[in-house]
Amino acid sequence: MALKTEEMILNMGPQHPSTHGVLRLELELEGEIIVGAKPHIGYLHRCFEKHCEAMNYSQVIPYTDRMDYLASMYNEFGYVTAVEKLLGIQVPERVEYIRVIMGEFQRIASHLVAIGTYGLDIGAMTPFLYCFRDREKILSLFEQTCGARLLYNYIWVGGLSHDLHPDFIHQAKEFIKYFRPKIKELNDLLTKNKIFIDRTANVGILPLDLAINYGISGPNLRASGFKWDIRKDDPYSVYHKFDFDIPIGQGAMGTVGDCWDRYYMRVLEMEESLKIIEQAIEQIPEGDVTSAIPKRIKPAVGQVYSRVENPRGELGYFIISDGTVNPFRVKVKGPSFVHLGIMNELLKGYMIADVIAILGSIDIVLGEVDR
Amino acid sequence: MKTTEDIFEILKTNFGESILELISTQPIEKYIRINNFEIDKVCLFLKDNEDLLFDNLMNLSGVDDANGKKTLSANGTQIISGGTLSVFYHIESTKYRHKLVLKTSAEREKPDIASVSKIWRHANWHEREAFDLLGINFLNHPDLRRILMPYDWEAGFPLRKDYENPEFYLGMKVPY
Repeated sequence: MALKTEEMILNMGPQHPSTHGVLRLELELEGEIIVGAKPHIGYLHRCFEKHCEAMNYSQVIPYTDRMDYLASMYNEFGYVTAVEKLLGIQVPERVEYIRVIMGEFQRIASHLVAIGTYGLDIGAMTPFLYCFRDREKILSLFEQTCGARLLYNYIWVGGLSHDLHPDFIHQAKEFIKYFRPKIKELNDLLTKNKIFIDRTANVGILPLDLAINYGISGPNLRASGFKWDIRKDDPYSVYHKFDFDIPIGQGAMGTVGDCWDRYYMRVLEMEESLKIIEQAIEQIPEGDVTSAIPKRIKPAVGQVYSRVENPRGELGYFIISDGTVNPFRVKVKGPSFVHLGIMNELLKGYMIADVIAILGSIDIVLGEVDR
Repeated sequence: MKTTEDIFEILKTNFGESILELISTQPIEKYIRINNFEIDKVCLFLKDNEDLLFDNLMNLSGVDDANGKKTLSANGTQIISGGTLSVFYHIESTKYRHKLVLKTSAEREKPDIASVSKIWRHANWHEREAFDLLGINFLNHPDLRRILMPYDWEAGFPLRKDYENPEFYLGMKVPY
């Protein structure tokens, strides 16, 4: 008589340190091999999109902060870009430069969290502390500029809430000088660590055709070997004025598109962001940052889909205006939401211990998944 | 790189009646309206045709058009009857760099729209979201369940313009 076997269902989460929020993964196991995974989301759902319909256009900005709370600057940046397209207004160049500087600082801060917590998930405690130490310096810069450390309400439609602090440029230069050697330190500590490579190389390989079909974007798509960055391929703001590279996955430690590649994209992107900030603070023009802020925002009937390159990928806002002061419909296409959709494909065939490595390498923020 | 007008002509010769009209009165985005039962065939053509190659679905968004008859119920809440629910598709080609916006509408009382989740796989979750928040029924969808709201939410679809919060959910008071 044959021994009866059946698959085991294992719940990971909603309370689990490696889910970085409240996410439940329903794993279907055959022994230690994963044969299926079902993500259950919505634990943080507060229907942001419904709230927007009761607000006017500028009141929505603080709500966008609270979606991807590790990249609030960029959420605001994306939203105001969309509203400005809808209104058809031009903002002063100084505003665009400051937005780019803040956005790139935010990208570094967000990637530092991604890298630090990824190390922590895999079992490396020290890089986490180093990353948070450096991120703290960026948050202090933000605090000096607008008074808040995480949720800024800094980038407004047509302008900014404050101009830069007189000491900002100096401190930004100091930070760049300080931070460049720290990337090398991080590489020695984590990136080229034998144990780390063994856990992440050749794990969670994402083939390029699957990635595009699933709408994957940002560092995760580039790790699969596709040179695609909205800052270059569909430029917005003043990104066309800067010279920077788009790193893509090479499969240096294993296969193209594995967890190590996805991790390493973020390290390389931090260096590119530093390059952009350096150029921006050299070129930044003088001007008034509040002169173009409209008194009343009332776009004509119409719709717009506008996207920006958030630290995690393509962040899109689809806004419909019915000619009143409130948006008729705001839909957010968040990269984390899209990336989580591929978990079933990505986890299949790997061991249960790899779930943590794969989930961490995707780098999701649940506040944006659930909106 | 093709413009919306070029693509509209190509679609018109291939699908005829299913392609309803080209809306170009909007100041920023033009879009093509398509029959709600033929949208999957049109999308498959757009993705596979060698001159078009729309391989990337940027966004899929459900909308309550709120264009039906609006009446007030006895307790002062708004009820919308008739009219349509719509879905917008924003697609692009990573090879040719052209973009396109499609729109399809279905009746509010029977909102059936053909699913495109087999063409672009990540439409799966976006369609689930549109089902969850607007109650649009996607035909031939592999796994049409609620996604953001609780699975046992019975008070309707929050993003509809005539949605009212329930008094209680599982014995818990809802309005705060």
